[in-house]
Amino acid sequence: MLRFLASRLIVLVPTLLGVILLAFFLVRQLHGDAVEVRAGERGITEEQLAERRHALGLDRPLHEQFLSYLGDVVQGDLGKSYVTQRPVLDEFAELFPATIELSVVAMIFAIVIGLPAGILAALTRGSFLDHGVMGAALTGYSMPIFWWAILLIVLFSNTLGLTPVSGRLDILYYIEPTTGFMLIDTLLSDEAGAFWSALHHLILPSIVLGTIPLAVIARMTRSAMLEVLGEDYIRTARAKGLSPRRVIWVHALRNALIPVVTVIGLQTGTLLAGAVLTETIFSWPGVGKWLIDAIGRRDFPAVQGGILLIAMTIIAVNLVVDLLYGLINPRIRLQK
Amino acid sequence: MSTVSETTPAPPAPLLAFWRDFSRNRGALAGLLFILLVVFCAVFAPIVAPHAADTQYRDNFLTAPPWAGGDDWRFLLGTDDVGRDILSRIMWGSQLSLFIGAIVVTLSLGVGVLLGLVAGFSRGLLDQFIMRLMDVLMAIPSLLLAVAIVAVLGPSLTNAMIAIAIVVLPHYVRLTRATVIGELAKDYVTASRIAGAGILRMMMIVVLPNCLAPLIVQATLGFSSAILDAAALGFLGLGAQPPTPEWGTMLADAKKFVQSGHWWVVTFPGLAILLTVLAFNLLGDGLRDALDPKLKER
Repeated sequence: MLRFLASRLIVLVPTLLGVILLAFFLVRQLHGDAVEVRAGERGITEEQLAERRHALGLDRPLHEQFLSYLGDVVQGDLGKSYVTQRPVLDEFAELFPATIELSVVAMIFAIVIGLPAGILAALTRGSFLDHGVMGAALTGYSMPIFWWAILLIVLFSNTLGLTPVSGRLDILYYIEPTTGFMLIDTLLSDEAGAFWSALHHLILPSIVLGTIPLAVIARMTRSAMLEVLGEDYIRTARAKGLSPRRVIWVHALRNALIPVVTVIGLQTGTLLAGAVLTETIFSWPGVGKWLIDAIGRRDFPAVQGGILLIAMTIIAVNLVVDLLYGLINPRIRLQK
Repeated sequence: MSTVSETTPAPPAPLLAFWRDFSRNRGALAGLLFILLVVFCAVFAPIVAPHAADTQYRDNFLTAPPWAGGDDWRFLLGTDDVGRDILSRIMWGSQLSLFIGAIVVTLSLGVGVLLGLVAGFSRGLLDQFIMRLMDVLMAIPSLLLAVAIVAVLGPSLTNAMIAIAIVVLPHYVRLTRATVIGELAKDYVTASRIAGAGILRMMMIVVLPNCLAPLIVQATLGFSSAILDAAALGFLGLGAQPPTPEWGTMLADAKKFVQSGHWWVVTFPGLAILLTVLAFNLLGDGLRDALDPKLKER
């Protein structure tokens, strides 16, 4: 297992370098544009332009610029936001728990409903239930989530008045952030009712964000189960007289979970991208909304740092998925 | 889709068998019919759309549909805040959505299958290089990369399409590679190799046809995700720009009228996205069931 871990970590190095390179070129382009735009706006002289470019290091050779940027990144220096003048890393770290909280709750919602739904559909293949589950899953997968969010707000917030429209917590409460996760912070505080308020605020955004992963997990679980149920070893297990329950839950599900775990891992990207839309619509103070706001303000260091950090998060999650994959499928592990 | 309509010409046997299997799936047929309807709207929008996409009827701001309390039968789905007919705008918008899907899928499928085949067959340094490159792309969600590219190049549909095509690429490459590696271990492949098949023949004729079923599923899902992502960018104000009748852009314009009870402005463009994407997904499922002999046996 250690060797497997090491091989996966080594493989990550070029990926990380690639992502940093991408972010570097992105911001270099942006800085260059920013300088030109300002030059154009205020009609400054050539020398002033050169001076600006020099101050930003844009006149140095490309590889030197990259190495110095790489050095900064390795030391955790992602630059300062143009707008707030605070280090990008600090801003990101402050807002990231809100996004993680939303994503985790959305993923739990998706797994808790999607996995059993997929298994049920596979076991009742061709039945009314199967068609119902798959129809719902297909509709969920096809859903434009920003529209879905608007519909849910219209129904549950505007018409029925059941759920809040935006934010993480009712303005009645003030919670000093300790972990940044509102559900935990409200539990730690002595404000009665704050936890329920936080949970209340999570309902609509996590349904919206979890809808597509839910549909994908249900579909994948069903097809993986069907695939596995047709295998010879299932026939063997049945033939040797094991109970249907044991065949399904031990022999089939364990093998069917392999592609499902991969899909859950792949959905992390979908979640973080979906968070951009979901957070924008629900005014959720996470990194997705922050990133869109930063683009609107042309706050380039924030954009670059944000994309780099989100990419690194996804790489880390994929590593965990890879390790899990090796853990549940010995064939993969022993190959290496 | 051309294979679907050409059921009569020779060689009839496999196509007929395919059509028989395919047409048994009512969901897939419904999807196909809806897609044909959207294609029809897109091609004949100048003829079938009751109004031009940008004509403003200044006496009819935010008119409700006539079957839901409105009074003007000229506007079957109502009008928006500047008096444009919503049905007509949705019809014109179908051109854009189909175009986006077609371009993105063609680009990503073509390049992705090729890279996946090369990676799966080489299993060496080249494989490593391709897969690490895909990891880099995979690390950034399509919508985020599209957003980033828009930040650099300015909001444009073309840039968004290229970004979406590049970022869905890893899915095709990984899928092709994984299926290829799975197939390569099978006896029929060993048999063709012993029979002396060359590398190109092995790739394109022996192995690729056996990898097609999952790729078709991925491509249809790709079609829908391309339409969805482009609409999402439009919604964020970063894709097609107003007054383009792009469905996501229409929703962005409309969302401020939700609170005031003008539900039709926001309902129908979203419904158009949902139904079109759903139709492609239904079609993809039907194609998979009809094309995949392994599933047929069960």
